[in-house]
Amino acid sequence: MTKNPMEREITYAKAVLEATAQCMAEDASVYIMGLGVPDPKGVFGTTLGLKDKFGDRRVMDMPVSENGMTGIAIGSAIVGLRPIMTHQRVDFMLLALDQIINNAANWHYMFGGKMKVPITIRLLIGRGWGQGPQHSKSLQSIFAHIPGLKVVMPFTPYDAKGLLVSAIRDDNPVIYIEHRWLHNIIGEVPENIYSVPLGKARIVKEGKDITIVSSSYMVLESMKAADYLDKDGISVEIVDLRTLQPLDRESIINSVKKTGHLLVVDGACHTAGFAAEIIATVTEKAFSCLKSSPQRLTLPDLPTPTSPALANFYYPRTINIINTARSVFRLPERTEEELGITHDQPLDVPDKSFTGPF
Amino acid sequence: MSCARFDNELMTPKLKKQLYYDMLRIRRIEEAIAERYHEQKMRCPVHLCIGQEAIAVGVCANLTKEDYVMSTHRSHGHYLAKGGQLKAMLAEIYGKGTGCSMGKGGSMHLVDLNVGFLGATPIVGNIIPIAVGTAFGTSMKGENKISVVFMGDAATEEGVFSESLNFASLKKLPVIFVCENNFFSVYSPLSVRQPKERDNLSLVNSLGIKGDKGNGNDVLEVFELTKKAVVNIRKGKGPYYLEFETYRWREHCGPNFDNNIGYRTEAEYLEWHKRCPVKCFEGMLEKRGILSDIEIGEMTKRIDTEIEEAFHFAISSPFPSEEELYQHLYAN
Repeated sequence: MTKNPMEREITYAKAVLEATAQCMAEDASVYIMGLGVPDPKGVFGTTLGLKDKFGDRRVMDMPVSENGMTGIAIGSAIVGLRPIMTHQRVDFMLLALDQIINNAANWHYMFGGKMKVPITIRLLIGRGWGQGPQHSKSLQSIFAHIPGLKVVMPFTPYDAKGLLVSAIRDDNPVIYIEHRWLHNIIGEVPENIYSVPLGKARIVKEGKDITIVSSSYMVLESMKAADYLDKDGISVEIVDLRTLQPLDRESIINSVKKTGHLLVVDGACHTAGFAAEIIATVTEKAFSCLKSSPQRLTLPDLPTPTSPALANFYYPRTINIINTARSVFRLPERTEEELGITHDQPLDVPDKSFTGPF
Repeated sequence: MSCARFDNELMTPKLKKQLYYDMLRIRRIEEAIAERYHEQKMRCPVHLCIGQEAIAVGVCANLTKEDYVMSTHRSHGHYLAKGGQLKAMLAEIYGKGTGCSMGKGGSMHLVDLNVGFLGATPIVGNIIPIAVGTAFGTSMKGENKISVVFMGDAATEEGVFSESLNFASLKKLPVIFVCENNFFSVYSPLSVRQPKERDNLSLVNSLGIKGDKGNGNDVLEVFELTKKAVVNIRKGKGPYYLEFETYRWREHCGPNFDNNIGYRTEAEYLEWHKRCPVKCFEGMLEKRGILSDIEIGEMTKRIDTEIEEAFHFAISSPFPSEEELYQHLYAN
């Protein structure tokens, strides 16, 4: 990415907040609700100050009734409002699967297009600091499997803002997944309101030897890996999916046609995960372009362990991406020591600003 | 419990006749569906409301076209009582492109936006929060509309029932919860589902919601209790809960009688049959000289003609095309 020194840089969390505020200012039918939305911590800073700007009718806390409140949000959307719902962990939102899958996703289709459900559901995913089995799942493939839902997973602050604006303006239910470890990253974000289209992937980095397809936080790990791989003479192209459903198959296929090799890095479990969908797409549509069997790097098929010691073995890291990519070219594994990869903080936090609890 | 406990001297004969006509119409439509169902042309589940017509009619007679109604798998009566188009309903059951949901929904997903019938869903209880949400939406927008949601007795066992009532009360929303207690969830009686101490009225009262229980086979009683609820809501006093006892005559799903399979007795059915909401009200109106045999004959003829035309429309309508399969995944 080329940097324009005049561009303003803000955090991902601030970008989410700004998108919300600007959409609320532009459209009086937009409102936001979720547990803790107006509280002093403001959903990790992503809703801070909204209540003062827009009042408690449009910036609402809610009863701890995830399923009922999702249905209520859907009902309000049917009669013309544009709710944004937040869940501080995806795991809590599982209580609302009936409303999301049976109602929101189906409503437009099953009533012959007579009604629409413009709802944005913000789901926080994450890892580290012992969040454990019920506080840190990544379930994007479940939502991407449901016809009628759109699923976005922004990686950059720029996309976090632009995709949230698109999600809120969209007339359909959109699952907007933000990784907790991205909230503090900083990037260029224009001050004015703008949108990034749903359903379009982005080439983060061009390369000619291998395509890495990834999303959300794992794009960051893939970029780190690409730096090392480039130094070893392997030119990596990175495709950031940005939207999982509808999926931009064309961008993926075009990239693999160029490189001939594919590695998918997904921050969710292995079996029936979204990485399988990417690999299936490429083998169906561009089989003859493949020079090696496609690879995927995912979490193991296990619940998330809590102990930092176990979590260190659980999450794939830069070195794992490097070695999986190297295996495609039948190159020997490298070690972190050889490459000079050091960890100046424990592996259960993304950076020094995290001191727990979070 | 009798089927028509009291007359209402203040109600005009015209309105009484209308209530009777609306019940008779639903009854005859449902019977016509039952009669033709064996032809295997209506290829979706149907949950007939024969025996339960008074609740649909008595409730909806209190609403305006602008008010919203939402319902369950057993929604034909509610849809019709709210003014939903018969032709579009039958075409939907026949899976035709002219159906109210263009063949995408079937009997369990009826809709007619022109009369405020916002939809029906068969997942038990999952339409309840949708109705609270439409009430929330209209009150946010400053509209003076009531949202009504019909549900069965089993829906009150769902977690989402309590969740929805809690929020409706918290925000004093203009929503009426109408529970049709027909004592069975499919074949499971209340006794295996709810402790005998359970009382839904105390339960909703404890959440700050007013409510009433009534005889669901007496259209005048349903009408009066709903009227009370509507007045309460129009005054801004918040949600209301109504529970009516009634009885489903036919099998849970389908056109047949199933008293012989062992989950209920023929005697119990016959007892409820005596309390037929249509016949009892008819008897009362005749006794009061409000309705004559000739009028009943004329009404029946008019209804049957309408039904014939609607079946003809549904049967002769084209099926949706393959192209239509892919329409309406997303709204633009």
